[in-house]
Amino acid sequence: MQIDKETLRKIAHLARLEIQPQDEGPMINDLNNILTWVEQLNEVNTEGVEPLTNMSLEENAFREDEVKDHIVREDALKNAPDQDGTYFRVPKFLGNSSS
Amino acid sequence: MESIRSFSDIRQLIEGKNASCEDIVLFYLKKIEENRHLNAFLEVFSEESLQRARIIDQKIQQGKAGRLAGMVVGIKDVFCLKDHKIQAASKILEGFVSQFTATALQRLLDEDAIIIGRLNCDEFAMGSSNENSAYGPVLNAADNSRVPGGSSGGSAVAVQAGLCTVALGSDTGGSIRQPAAFCDVVGIKPTYSRVSRYGLLAYASSFDCVGVFSSNIEDNALVLEIMAGADEYDSTVSRSEVPAYSKNLLWNGPAKVAYVKELLDGDGVQEDIKQNLSSSLQMLKEAGHEVIPVSFPLLKYALPTYYILITAESSSNLSRYDGVKYGYRTRDAKGILDMYKKTRTQAFGEEVRRRIMLGTFVLSASYYDAFYTKAQKVRNLIRAEAIKILTEHDFLLMPVTPTTAFKLGEHNKNPLEMYLADLFTVQASVAGIPAISVPNGYDANNLPIGLQIIANYFEEEQLYQFANTYFSRS
Repeated sequence: MQIDKETLRKIAHLARLEIQPQDEGPMINDLNNILTWVEQLNEVNTEGVEPLTNMSLEENAFREDEVKDHIVREDALKNAPDQDGTYFRVPKFLGNSSS
Repeated sequence: MESIRSFSDIRQLIEGKNASCEDIVLFYLKKIEENRHLNAFLEVFSEESLQRARIIDQKIQQGKAGRLAGMVVGIKDVFCLKDHKIQAASKILEGFVSQFTATALQRLLDEDAIIIGRLNCDEFAMGSSNENSAYGPVLNAADNSRVPGGSSGGSAVAVQAGLCTVALGSDTGGSIRQPAAFCDVVGIKPTYSRVSRYGLLAYASSFDCVGVFSSNIEDNALVLEIMAGADEYDSTVSRSEVPAYSKNLLWNGPAKVAYVKELLDGDGVQEDIKQNLSSSLQMLKEAGHEVIPVSFPLLKYALPTYYILITAESSSNLSRYDGVKYGYRTRDAKGILDMYKKTRTQAFGEEVRRRIMLGTFVLSASYYDAFYTKAQKVRNLIRAEAIKILTEHDFLLMPVTPTTAFKLGEHNKNPLEMYLADLFTVQASVAGIPAISVPNGYDANNLPIGLQIIANYFEEEQLYQFANTYFSRS
């Protein structure tokens, strides 16, 4: 598998990152080196093997569904870069076709 | 007070009325000040830890103090402590203040431990040299031209240089064990799910473990036994009972000790490290243990498996840093999509961006099965192979690292070269089993060498006993 510029740009968009034109070459190079290296996993026969999806041995950790105090609004907004006392504020996005 | 190496030193000073908790904290604050050049601390809670020490001194007088009274703890910058900053050594969490306290920390506070500050690390715990911190590298106290290892480099150095009694770290693929080996201290990665991850900043959720750095086994065992166990805020944490690790630290009887023959025969491991392992195996044989060569054919696939899975998980976990609800936000955005992208691009470091890119790629629709599912399948096989070895033997002994501490700047040009630093630590992470790194001598340049002891699920007690009986310096 080799990543090209088009794939790189697609992935960067999905990851919500920008790659500057001068950084595209080195990033493609790094990613392709890593991907070539991880492709050695193809040497391992995994036919009939289930993917391991859960590392915890715990199952169904139930607890009572109780009403508790949660974080109050002022605290929830305290770390926000921009807020109006009730809501988080973000740049305008309605009518923006780029998303 | 010339030096304090362990919690038992502190307890003796306090019990003999030769020092108060306040004196202990003042001692450490002075040491921290003298060692600023190591860049181990991102923030020191000077006033607050002194205040807390005075309260604990009163409790001691009243006979009401907890089990950790007098212990001074440094925390890797990935643990939430209410009303304190946490940044994972990243610019993207600039200004963020925690709104709750991690369970692991809370349990130490409840036993009257004093938290002295936040320790430097690789950004979002991604790295093996601590050179990926947005706040500069940490220096190895054994040789300032060398790295302390990573990602918990600050935690390792803080204990190595005696800047706190113990330090908390997190280990995803070796981030406790590798720096412990480079810095001549004890470091444990417990069984996955042994300690609650509530309040631990998420990196790769199916690997992340909370663990401890200390100068000896006893302190390590005590801290882990207090932190571990069921927690209603983490549904994945194990509810199995936590043994009192620190109560019985002696190993009795013959053990079956496995080692991987190919590792001693093959290239790629520093000669001093191979010899170190060989002489330890010889010592155990002479002590009456059965030392058995085993084959671990899938060992070499653990590292690529690990990198596929952790980049995938981290790309997902780090999607929350978007500049909306907390942390850094770019000033020059045109619209919201531009805001997301510029915020993340400006505030994440190079390695973090690279791993997010790789993780996004292996999770993308066209490649999901070829990379991500494939790695999950290989993980299943590696785990089965490791468990088989550890069912037939008590312990598996391995080097912690292929080399001793390398020079700053030596490996940070090529990411793959840096990834190889985790060669021997990722197996236990991929399998979810416990492993400890203990100091085990020095190479020809007088740089520390660690030894890794690996055990089966939830056998931390046995690990501590065996390590303490055969690999303890005290």
